[in-house]
Amino acid sequence: MSLLSKPWLWSWVAAAVAFSLTLGLTSGRGAGELAYAALSFGAFAAIVGLGQMLVITLGPGNVDLSIPATMTLSATLALKAMGSDPNTAMLGLVIALAVGLGAGLANYALIFLLRLPPIIATLAASLVYQSLAIWSNRGLRIKPPEGLADFSTGRFLGLPNVAWVGLVLAIVVWVVLERSVWGRWLLATGQDLRVARLAGVPVELVRATTYTSVAVFASLAGYLLASFSGGAALNMGQEYLLMSIAVVVIGGTSIAGGYSNVPGVWGAALFMFLVVSMLNSYGAGAGVRNVLTGTIIIAIVIAASTRRART
Amino acid sequence: MNFLARHRIILPVVSLAVLLAATFWMQPRAMSYFGLNLLFNLAVPIALATIAQMMIIMVNDIDLSLGAFVSLAACVTATFLNDAPVVGLLILLALILSYAALGAVIHALELPAIVVTLGMSFVWGGLALFILPSPGGASPDWLRTLMTVKPPFAPMAVVAAVIIAAVTHLLIIRSGIGTVLRGVGGNARSVARAGWSVIRLKALAYALAGLFGVLAGMALVGLTTSADANIALRYTLLSIAGVILGGGEFTGGKVSPTGAVIGALTLTLAASFLSFMRLSPDWQIGAQGAILILVLTARLIFRQKGAA
Repeated sequence: MSLLSKPWLWSWVAAAVAFSLTLGLTSGRGAGELAYAALSFGAFAAIVGLGQMLVITLGPGNVDLSIPATMTLSATLALKAMGSDPNTAMLGLVIALAVGLGAGLANYALIFLLRLPPIIATLAASLVYQSLAIWSNRGLRIKPPEGLADFSTGRFLGLPNVAWVGLVLAIVVWVVLERSVWGRWLLATGQDLRVARLAGVPVELVRATTYTSVAVFASLAGYLLASFSGGAALNMGQEYLLMSIAVVVIGGTSIAGGYSNVPGVWGAALFMFLVVSMLNSYGAGAGVRNVLTGTIIIAIVIAASTRRART
Repeated sequence: MNFLARHRIILPVVSLAVLLAATFWMQPRAMSYFGLNLLFNLAVPIALATIAQMMIIMVNDIDLSLGAFVSLAACVTATFLNDAPVVGLLILLALILSYAALGAVIHALELPAIVVTLGMSFVWGGLALFILPSPGGASPDWLRTLMTVKPPFAPMAVVAAVIIAAVTHLLIIRSGIGTVLRGVGGNARSVARAGWSVIRLKALAYALAGLFGVLAGMALVGLTTSADANIALRYTLLSIAGVILGGGEFTGGKVSPTGAVIGALTLTLAASFLSFMRLSPDWQIGAQGAILILVLTARLIFRQKGAA
């Protein structure tokens, strides 16, 4: 019973069902390849999802819509700086993370100094980041340096390297949320901002660091994704806007804030990839695939809410 | 309450006026019937979509599926409504009813609207792809005529914006049911205590959003004469920005239909303004973001004075 009431369980169950339904069609062949692909592609969704989870935990109205633009901008600038030269992977990483840091601070400045609702602030800022990316990209497709490309598509102990990055990040976020003072502050702020402030939690510091973390996570995901797919493209981040919100909610994090759920994010990230490959292998067209994906997302949200009501 | 805080409508009006003055200053030839028509041509569907979003924000929810929904309505208009008007009308009616059902389900099961509409955006987008896998279709003739009609004195887009603002103002601000609907956003519990069925009110608010979403899709097809499944995806964010520009708030049922229409006009004009500035295309999107930030900064004046 205690296991059944864990909110993260459902995203893993859903992922497992999608996995076995896909394999049911091939009568078990290609299980390893499918799992490997799910881990690779799921890793990017998981990394941005972890960031979005922290922001959503801050409470109602907190959501970062600038994730795709931050991903694109950091990937573009990092690849431009590396210029396909070998041994520049570290330089690129530093630049990508610095871009993320800058974007996060800029987002928070808009929210704090101009008192904008976060949705509008990150939306307006994302337009500016997108312009910067267009201006610096100019349609060039710079290949990532060879070593970096090998790393991002390679594997270690049978698991994709990008999945390792995502896993390590998830564990760090989990430990920080559960064990550190900052994590407790974040949860308290999300549960009730006024109460947290009166209890002496430095609420604005928590908000600032959260909005910075999500942008840094997004920039890391952008850097890895560009290395993984052989270059930065202007639309590379597009699908991660809805994806980042979807994995957080399917993963069992409360949209009302104050409760996060790290393992659920990974389960949901795997599920989002597996459900698409399941529908693909059953030969569904793009239209049917979208309708079913949407229906499944809503069904999971409804299932999660009725379960909560009973307990 | 001081003057500015009470008259929040001043902010959208002033920002539209400033932007319009700047546009005329840079391109005096725009100051004509045809110039205005070109400037505001695409404003009608955006204004309708903004009103739709406002209906949802009015009851404290947010709709992330609006762009996909408007695209779907556009696809239905360009195919079914053109080929078989009766079937087309029935489909559009069904879309509005499904929006009402959505509102009822969200309220009854206490689901987060942001996530349900996120899921629905996939559903609408998928249905649109299903109806129109590749761009095409054609606008019904009467719709094309309606959208390109040339009324005396002011161009069609301006007249339509005034009509939309007037009708929604009467409906939301002046009428009894509109006041109750805003009350749902303000304090749903007290509305329920007063004997209203909140679930029906929410369904009504969502149905109104569906109606204006469908109208936006039809208006869009009337202007572009064809549709595709992704034609209006950017309307989701544009409509949210329009509502806030127009002086609306995300919570508390504080919305302004007139402001929302003016916000939509401002957003449309910002795009035209930037192309007059001969700004490099690289920077156009960014400049739009900058204008958005600038106008919203002006909100600070209203906010702080209101608090003091």
